[in-house]
This record gives sequence, structure tokens and C-alpha cells, in this order.
Amino acid sequence: MIGARRLRKAYGYAVVLDDVSLELAPGQCLALLGPNGAGKTTLLRILATLLRPTSGELAVAGVDALKHPEAARAAIGVVAHGSYVYEDLSALENLRFWTVMAGGDASWARLRSALQQVELDGAADERVRTFSAGMKRRLALARVVLGRARLLLLDEPFTGLDQQGRKWLSEFLLAFKIGGGALVVATHSFASGLGVADRVAILAGGRLLLDRPCADLSWEELRRLYDGLTELDGALA
Amino acid sequence: MTFYARRTWIVLWKDLLTERRSKENANALLFFSLLLLFLFQFALGPDRDRLRAAVPGLLWLGFILAGLLGLGRSFMTEDHNDCWEGLRLTPGDKSAIYLGKLLGNLVMMSGVEVVLLVLFGVFYDVELWPVVGPLAVVLPLGTVGLAAVGTLFAAMTAQIRARELLFPVLLLPAQVPLLLAAVSVTQAVLLGQPLADVAHWLKLLAAADVVYVVIGVLTFEFILDA
Repeated sequence: MIGARRLRKAYGYAVVLDDVSLELAPGQCLALLGPNGAGKTTLLRILATLLRPTSGELAVAGVDALKHPEAARAAIGVVAHGSYVYEDLSALENLRFWTVMAGGDASWARLRSALQQVELDGAADERVRTFSAGMKRRLALARVVLGRARLLLLDEPFTGLDQQGRKWLSEFLLAFKIGGGALVVATHSFASGLGVADRVAILAGGRLLLDRPCADLSWEELRRLYDGLTELDGALA
Repeated sequence: MTFYARRTWIVLWKDLLTERRSKENANALLFFSLLLLFLFQFALGPDRDRLRAAVPGLLWLGFILAGLLGLGRSFMTEDHNDCWEGLRLTPGDKSAIYLGKLLGNLVMMSGVEVVLLVLFGVFYDVELWPVVGPLAVVLPLGTVGLAAVGTLFAAMTAQIRARELLFPVLLLPAQVPLLLAAVSVTQAVLLGQPLADVAHWLKLLAAADVVYVVIGVLTFEFILDA
């Protein structure tokens, strides 16, 4: 689903991403761990075709995403820091807008069913202005549910969610993965990020320091590796 | 309805619904229009003949200043919650977004122009009723050009820190041919001349409209992705 080779992003002399390569197959979930400022959001934005790398190659869903970003975008769903919601529209109206923009079926029944899936059906007609951060995140996920994305890119998706919301999101991501979708979950939180992941990658200082199957590492080992690698990278920087 | 037309329509629907609920632009523009009328009156003094002679220029100056306020804010809603990014990720021809935004701005500006026109008639004692027909030709022609280039520059400056400064600096010079033609035609209309006498100005207005809309449609995708 993703084939990224030697991605590099620099702003002038400041290199924010350096020599990052990764592969992700359908039905796989990659947890992208790293401290603040490690380059996780930059990498996700490049994978989402929102940002052009300075150099490197990127294929998404079999399409050269640097040459044909439009074609790649059809396969990509993004849940980023911003929830892409309009505050003065209701939840249902927001979904209608984004579904029509994506060329999907925007019948009210389908939209309501998506809201039911994210457990927001009780607030379907309320203006988003009154929503909490967690509710906005659920609405962003409902937008993704309605899309035809085969690759989900999620940036700190568990932020702002309560315990029940986190549990629901983990189940949702698991179902998406079982359905053949590929996921990249960027987070700096260990506990929430690893629940559904098959592979874990550690990014620090713009470099990919580790990329391994989760099964190869115990939680403690990973914690130790993470601390060691990020500290070492910090010292080298 | 085609995919392109549906997307244009949904952008227009979203913008009008958002504006109807927030009333952010409408309230500010109406208050601003009233202020303009008072300012013009203070600047030109109580001489009615002098005021009437200046009406065509003042009228379009009012439209453009109100347009500067309204158009400059037309992409502000896309800033909240990173909706701009969401628009970039949607598939299909991005010029549909431009056309939807342009239609929304046209509706808003037309509303402001009708109110300003009525207020000008009342405040400056100008007989507008007999010239409503010709005005209904010149006002839309001038407004389409103003909104087309204004929507484009609003998109161009939306992601820039100094957008409030840059937007009028870009927009006003581009409006010169439109303003020249629109004021000349409006003057002729208010003097009771037939539109045929100023056909060359009308042709210039129509040509500018076509050029500005086509440029907007062709370049919007690059502006959105920049």
C-alpha cells in the first residue's frame, strides 16, 4: 500500500526528515512512535500527498504519489490534528459536505448510519461548535468511514478521547485492518499506539531509527529501545 | 447533476448556510456600508448637486470597499480545523471549489450592493427607480469581475501571515479596468443615456469578467496546492 524510499524533507538548511524508507502492505498497521518534533507529522503529510518531499520516491496504492498525487488521494483517508469540520454546520451537514466533495453517496440514511458507527447519532443535528474535542475526532472518523480510503493516516488519533472513546477507536482500527485496509498511526503515546499495530517504527530527529514487527519485541524491550534511541539521537543532535 | 456541478453546489450551500448562521460577514458589511455613506457625506459637504455628480464613483467605491472586507474573509472558514487541508485532499477538479466560492461571494456582494444602492438613493436624493433596468445590467457585470478576481486573490493570500495587507494591494490594481468601465456606464445610466452609447465600456466589462473567471478556474488548483 505504501512504498517510500529515501524520503528527505528540508527547509533551507533545516532537515526535518532524512533518508526515511518504509513499506506497508494491505491489512497491516504501523505504529509510528517518536518524541515531539521527531518528524512524525511531516512524514504523515508527505504520505498523504499534502507535502512534497525534497527528494525520494513515494508510491501509494500502486500509484506514483509524487507524479500523480490526485490519483493517490482517492485511496487515502486522513485524521490529522485538525478535524476538517465546519463549526457552524451540524455533524450531519459536515458529513454531507465532505461526502459530496469526495464523490460519494450522501443520502441522509447513509450519513446517519456513519454517525451511528462512531456513536454520534445522538448529536447528529447539533452544531459542531458545541462539540468537545473527542466528539470532533469521532466526526472526523465518520468522514473516513464514509470515504473509500484503503490507507488511513492518523496523527495522534487517541488525543482528546476518553477511555470509552479509546476503546472504540482501537476496535474501529482493528476492523479496518481486518477488512484489508492499511494504517499508519503516529503517536508519542506508547500504550495507545501499539494496541492494533503489527509493526512499530521509531522516528527521532527526522530519521527512522527502528522498524520491526511488534511480535519481535516485548513492551519492556520496546520501551528500553525507545528511550535509548531517542536519547542517543538527542545527544548526537 | 455532474460530479463537478455537485461539488460547486455543495461549496455554495456550505458557504451560504455558514453565513446565514454566523452572520459574521452580513452584519459587518451592513454596518460598514452605513459608515461609508456618512463618511462620503462628511467628505463632500452638504451640496446636493456635488454629491449627485459624485454618486457613480462613490457607489462603486462603496462596492469595492465592502467587497474588500467580505471577499477577504471568504476563505477564513477554511482555516478553522484545517478544512483547507481537507479540501486539498478531495479528489476531482479543484476549480469546482473556486466556482462555488465565487457564487457564494456573488450572492453576498449582490445583497450588499442592493442595500447600498437603496441607501444611496435615500441619502443622496437620487432617482433610481427609472434606471433600475440599465442598472440591473451594469451592476452584475461589474460585480462578477470584482468577485472573480477577489475570490482568487483571497485564496492566494489566505495562507499568508500578512494577508490583510497583501489582499487589497493585489486586488485594487487589478480592479482598475473594471472600476473605470463600471463607473463610466453607471454615470451614463444615471444621466439617462441609453446603454448603446456606452456599449464599448459594457464590452470591456464583459471581457474582463470572462478573463478573470477563466484565470480563476485555470489557476485555482495551483493556488490551493501551493
